[in-house]
Amino acid sequence: MKFDNDEIKKIAHLARININENEAKKVSEKLEGILGLIDQMTEVNTDSIEPMAHALDITQPLREDKVTEVDMREKSLKLSNETDQSLFIVPRVIE
Amino acid sequence: MQNLTLKELSEGLKQKKFSSLELTKFFLNRLDLHNSSINAFITIDKDKSLAMAKRADEIIKEGNQDYLTGIPIAQKDIFCAEGWKTTCGSKMLDNFIAPYDSTVISKFNAAGAVNLGKTNMDEFAMGSSNETSYYGNVKNPWDIKTVPGGSSGGSAAAVAGMLAPAATATDTGGSIRQPASLCGLTGLKPTYGLVSRYGMIAFASSLDQAGPMCHTAEDCAAMMNVMSGHDPKDSTSIEREKENYLTGINNSIKGLKIGVPKEFFSEGLDSEVEKIIEQGISEYKKLGAEIVEISLPNNHLSIPVYYVIAPAEASSNLSRYDGVRYGYRTKEYDDLMDMYCKTREEGFGDEVKRRIMIGTYVLSAGYYDAYYLKAQKIRRLISEDFKKAFEKCDVILGPSAPSVAFPIGDKKEDPLKMYMQDVYTISTNLAGLPGLSMPGGLMNNLPVGIQLIGNYFSEAKLLNIAHIFQTNTNWHNLTPEEFK
Amino acid sequence: MDWEIVIGIETHVQLKTNSKIFSGASTRFGEEPNANACLVSLAYPGVLPVLNEEAVNCAIKFGLAVDAKITEHSIFARKNYFYPDLPKGYQISQLDLPVVGEGSLVITVSDESKSIRILRAHLEEDAGKSVHGIEEGKSGIDLNRAGTPLLEIVTEPDMSSAEEAVTYAKKLHELVQWIGICDGNMQEGNFRCDVNVSVKKKGDKELGTRREIKNLNSFKFIKQAVDYEVNWQIEKLEDGGKIKQATILFDPDSGETREMRSKEEANDYRYFPDPDLLPLVISQEKINNIKSKMYELPSEMKSRLVKEFDLTNYDADGITSNIDVANYFKELLSFKVNAKLASNWILTNLFSRLNESDIDIKSSPLKANKLAELILRIEDKTISNNAAKKVFDEIWDQDKSVDDVIEQLGLKQISNENEIVDILNQVLQDNEAMVEEYKSGKDKAFNALIGQVMKASKGKANPGQVSQLLKEKLKN
Repeated sequence: MKFDNDEIKKIAHLARININENEAKKVSEKLEGILGLIDQMTEVNTDSIEPMAHALDITQPLREDKVTEVDMREKSLKLSNETDQSLFIVPRVIE
Repeated sequence: MQNLTLKELSEGLKQKKFSSLELTKFFLNRLDLHNSSINAFITIDKDKSLAMAKRADEIIKEGNQDYLTGIPIAQKDIFCAEGWKTTCGSKMLDNFIAPYDSTVISKFNAAGAVNLGKTNMDEFAMGSSNETSYYGNVKNPWDIKTVPGGSSGGSAAAVAGMLAPAATATDTGGSIRQPASLCGLTGLKPTYGLVSRYGMIAFASSLDQAGPMCHTAEDCAAMMNVMSGHDPKDSTSIEREKENYLTGINNSIKGLKIGVPKEFFSEGLDSEVEKIIEQGISEYKKLGAEIVEISLPNNHLSIPVYYVIAPAEASSNLSRYDGVRYGYRTKEYDDLMDMYCKTREEGFGDEVKRRIMIGTYVLSAGYYDAYYLKAQKIRRLISEDFKKAFEKCDVILGPSAPSVAFPIGDKKEDPLKMYMQDVYTISTNLAGLPGLSMPGGLMNNLPVGIQLIGNYFSEAKLLNIAHIFQTNTNWHNLTPEEFK
Repeated sequence: MDWEIVIGIETHVQLKTNSKIFSGASTRFGEEPNANACLVSLAYPGVLPVLNEEAVNCAIKFGLAVDAKITEHSIFARKNYFYPDLPKGYQISQLDLPVVGEGSLVITVSDESKSIRILRAHLEEDAGKSVHGIEEGKSGIDLNRAGTPLLEIVTEPDMSSAEEAVTYAKKLHELVQWIGICDGNMQEGNFRCDVNVSVKKKGDKELGTRREIKNLNSFKFIKQAVDYEVNWQIEKLEDGGKIKQATILFDPDSGETREMRSKEEANDYRYFPDPDLLPLVISQEKINNIKSKMYELPSEMKSRLVKEFDLTNYDADGITSNIDVANYFKELLSFKVNAKLASNWILTNLFSRLNESDIDIKSSPLKANKLAELILRIEDKTISNNAAKKVFDEIWDQDKSVDDVIEQLGLKQISNENEIVDILNQVLQDNEAMVEEYKSGKDKAFNALIGQVMKASKGKANPGQVSQLLKEKLKN
């Protein structure tokens, strides 16, 4: 599996991580190696096997519809890089 | 006091041989003296620890102490602790003061234990050598030119260097067992769902589990009594009757059937390490166990499967680190896209970025079936292998890691070499089974661990089997010279 | 060129729960920014989702209301994309195996019934909001709404006109309020429609490329947007152009649709099952339990009204058109009012007043208990139907009692048989000619005689009794 520059750029974009040209090459080599490792999976036939998403056969518990959380703006706003009037500030969101 | 086990410390506190304040001061002092040489801790907060010790002493005075009351425990910096800097070994969270307690931390608080500090770890738990932390490498107290293993390298080094009597750790692909092996400790990864993941910073949600890192199996049992239990805040937490892991710890193991997987003893395993494992097997024979040869035919696929599933889940779990509501945000940016991309480029280290890329790739359009879905199918096959094996034996025994502690920098540049460190441990995480590593010997004065894998919810038995081994051997009592 | 319109609608219904779908934060609307943002809403490291029971119950109620299959094992999936109002960087939704399967909703357009197929409905969490204009070049993120439970209801592309689309939307809007899963407050964003529009030449088997008009939160806008978009697409195709799949927004000020300005191509959401959540199992027992506690559905109530009370289809439709009307009707019946009378008074007198004042039945100044009193006075023959109309006018928005008004206006009808007989006899005496005409076969004379009696009694005689007694008298 070859990872060309475009492929790397596309993935980096999906993941919102800047990768410059130099790094892209290094990353691409390492990723190709890992993909080679992953491709070992093709050696076994799994046509009739059910995928295993969870280790144990348990089902989703349900929570009572009650309000249990309180206003925590005192803590949450302090943890943010930029706030204004109780809002988290980011560069303008364009729709 | 650094040589005392949790059991002995608990007794000592009860018998008023020393107070929690004295005990905590003692360990904080050791940290002052020794932490810089091994870099096991990211955060030490004396005021907080001492305040907890004082409170513990009050509880002890009232006669309300539990087993761990007053004992300083090191906490892996993956557990959110309210008011404590909680970094997960990453620059991304360097400025993050956790606004809440993880369930694990809450349980230790409720038990009256003292938080000794937050231990170093591979960034976002991705690593097997603690060389990817933003806060620098952790060094193995047995030989500070070598790695302690990872991702729970800080916790392992802290306990091995006698800077803490015990520590918490987490295991996604072997991150408790492999460092335990490399540092001569006893570490347990419980059955998936037994210990709450609420507040434990997520790496690979379907594989992550928290567990104890101690000198002895008995101490691990005491820690498990505090750590385990159903948590309604974690949907994947199991609801079952609470067990006391100390109760049966001295049970006889005569007639125990120990399965030895032939796949664990093939190429890749250092021959000296293999000898030590064989010695362990002989020891068990002496103790009355029966050895059975078993097979885990799909074990070699556990690495590719893991390196699809774990990065996939991680790539999604780490999307929240975007600089918007907390954590690192890049200083200069033109617009929103710029802010995201620079923040994540600068905030994450190389290994984390690599795994996010792989994870993003295997989930992307057109690849889901070939990679993620395929991996989940093979996961079932691996799980089935264990099911079949447990029809023939009660517990599985093998190595924890392919070699002893390796020199710092040795494998860092080659991710694939590093990934092979987990070849004996990953399948356990994929199946959700409990696994334990305990000291089995030394090679070139570096520890070698023996791994025990049990069936679902057989932690008590694993700890019992390990404990019996430890009452008949001395490997777990050995400590590195410089840190005695 | 004959064009056919093909419309499918995806509706996001905000479920009426106290707390969010995956955490115990409040869902109350109108709070200060981020006051309802809890640890989970803020996506701090280490937090985990736990599913709200009531959200599941709402989904089950909806499934039952549209005759859909409730999935026994449904799965939650992560939809991964980056946006500041999406704190985790993924939305927890459902992809394969949604909680509700195929169902249908019947709409009536121009007296014709049409069944709109519902493909599926699934549970998911709402995102937060971006607030603009706080600072130049910046946006403010409010996560109060993040995590509010949504039910996304998806239809097949079964609608073929703007009218059908609006009718479906209105019917769905009423239904979700009827079964109590949504407040239906469109200004607050409780009910939002994404409308998929495409056109094709009449007779073409293949569907045209569709464009999705997002976030329409009023029926008027749906109609305007669809009309505009259809014209736009037809014009483009007739000019020889091609329609490109796109997500578009409707601008109510200009009445036009435009493509969303986004710097990226189609998103790759990298769906995979959420490992923090387990399969949601809904047993038949649970479904039965919920069903037993549900009030009858509009369609069920309509059948019952027709069968039990002999209401016409049209009237039954009117009474079951919305839950508030149905409840008003039920309240009237609880006072033992006759069903047909109740239905008439609501659908004619009450509705006409409500429409005049442009208010809904919930805001009616005339409450059911008072209207019931009035109708009962007709039933017990105290007043005639005509007289009742006069009383209605007085009590509509004034705090007067029914009996007081009857007294004041002297509207009590004469029901005393003796009294009527007296007047009757007088009238017969005074109108021998008419009697002769009737006896010689002119039926019209009968009504004229009744008219005379009513006149003589100043309109107060009970017309029913008059008619009956007159008939008897004239037999001789």
